[in-house]
Amino acid sequence: MSATASNNRFPALPWILLGLGIVCLAIGSYVGLFVAPPEALMGQVQRIMYVHVPTAWNALLAMTFAFVSALVFLFSSDWKWDARMEAAIEVGVVLAFLLCCQGSIWAKPTWGVWWDWDPRLTTTAVLLFAFLGILALRKFVEDPARRAIWSAVATIIAYADVPIVYYSVRWWNSLHQLQSSPATVSRQFWLPLRMNAFGILFLMTAFIMLRARVGSLRLKHELAPPPNAAEVTA
Amino acid sequence: MKETTNEGMPTASAALRRKSRWFMAGALVIAAAAFLVITLGGISKNLVYYWTPTDLHAAGDKAYGATIRLGGMVAPHSVQGRNGASGLEFDVKDATGIVHVKSSGVPPQMFRENIGVVVEGTMTRAGYFQCNRLMVSHNNEYRAPKAGHAIDKKELQKLMRSTEGLKD
Repeated sequence: MSATASNNRFPALPWILLGLGIVCLAIGSYVGLFVAPPEALMGQVQRIMYVHVPTAWNALLAMTFAFVSALVFLFSSDWKWDARMEAAIEVGVVLAFLLCCQGSIWAKPTWGVWWDWDPRLTTTAVLLFAFLGILALRKFVEDPARRAIWSAVATIIAYADVPIVYYSVRWWNSLHQLQSSPATVSRQFWLPLRMNAFGILFLMTAFIMLRARVGSLRLKHELAPPPNAAEVTA
Repeated sequence: MKETTNEGMPTASAALRRKSRWFMAGALVIAAAAFLVITLGGISKNLVYYWTPTDLHAAGDKAYGATIRLGGMVAPHSVQGRNGASGLEFDVKDATGIVHVKSSGVPPQMFRENIGVVVEGTMTRAGYFQCNRLMVSHNNEYRAPKAGHAIDKKELQKLMRSTEGLKD
């Protein structure tokens, strides 16, 4: 009884996370735009790093959660994890898309081109389209069990690209720079970068939780046994 | 959201559970195989985004006429014709090689000595690299300017001009 009651009530945690995320992102962006100095060489354009880098981290994190959800679903056949996987892929695809847009905006004034097929950009585009394809696959499969198994298998295979994206700048020579570390970034840039990283992390977690809830409710509806005549007339 | 119960969802049958565990094992094997082929297989050697000046010299005759990308640092004191319309010339170097590059386009704002560049074009028999597309690469260092360097309007205007002017 209490379980169903709590299921119908709106969960508090995602809303708290949404609030926290907005606050962190607001503070981080304010400091990043108005307090931190412009970068010595790049000038004002560097400020896009405060959203670009956190978006990249969180996109890969969302894909990782989708991968874990796919494994847990296939191992336990627990439908919750199918809904969580779907949610994580959707949020991850949105973040990966934003990542490419932000990167292009930064690349034009810095590199001189909007896009180039360097290893980092190419593997990221592959990642975006692979996960977009999995979402498309889910739309085309009617049977929930098949849809869940096929998309979980596809997610596990597509995830092989995530470490390749991460290491692409080390393994191959590329236009994209190597990962930065506190040693390569001035101290004044740390706070907005970290603040926005947590901000996007909280927002991402909240969106995944809320989206997984929608997915769970849909699944529950799909998996429910068809009502018999007595129930319909009653 | 307490999830001690399965949110009222029916649990999967034992048959589905067995089947999906096989799928999990299969998917992991395929993912691991794909990852290993890409990282350890020959792709790393064949997938080359750019050649360094040393690679270009080592390639010999193969470099002539083919469209290639050359990557390296802009050698100090080598930039000529930066502001002229006649074209830009500079040397691209790595630790052991140096290549003279001629470019016709307007370089990006970031272009300067001692910065990484990737140029697309071809090596000519005349001994210089004819560049059709010039890209500046930024390293992973982000430095605050020296003390006293405030956010000035001039710099902002320069940036705006440079982004507006770079029409493809």
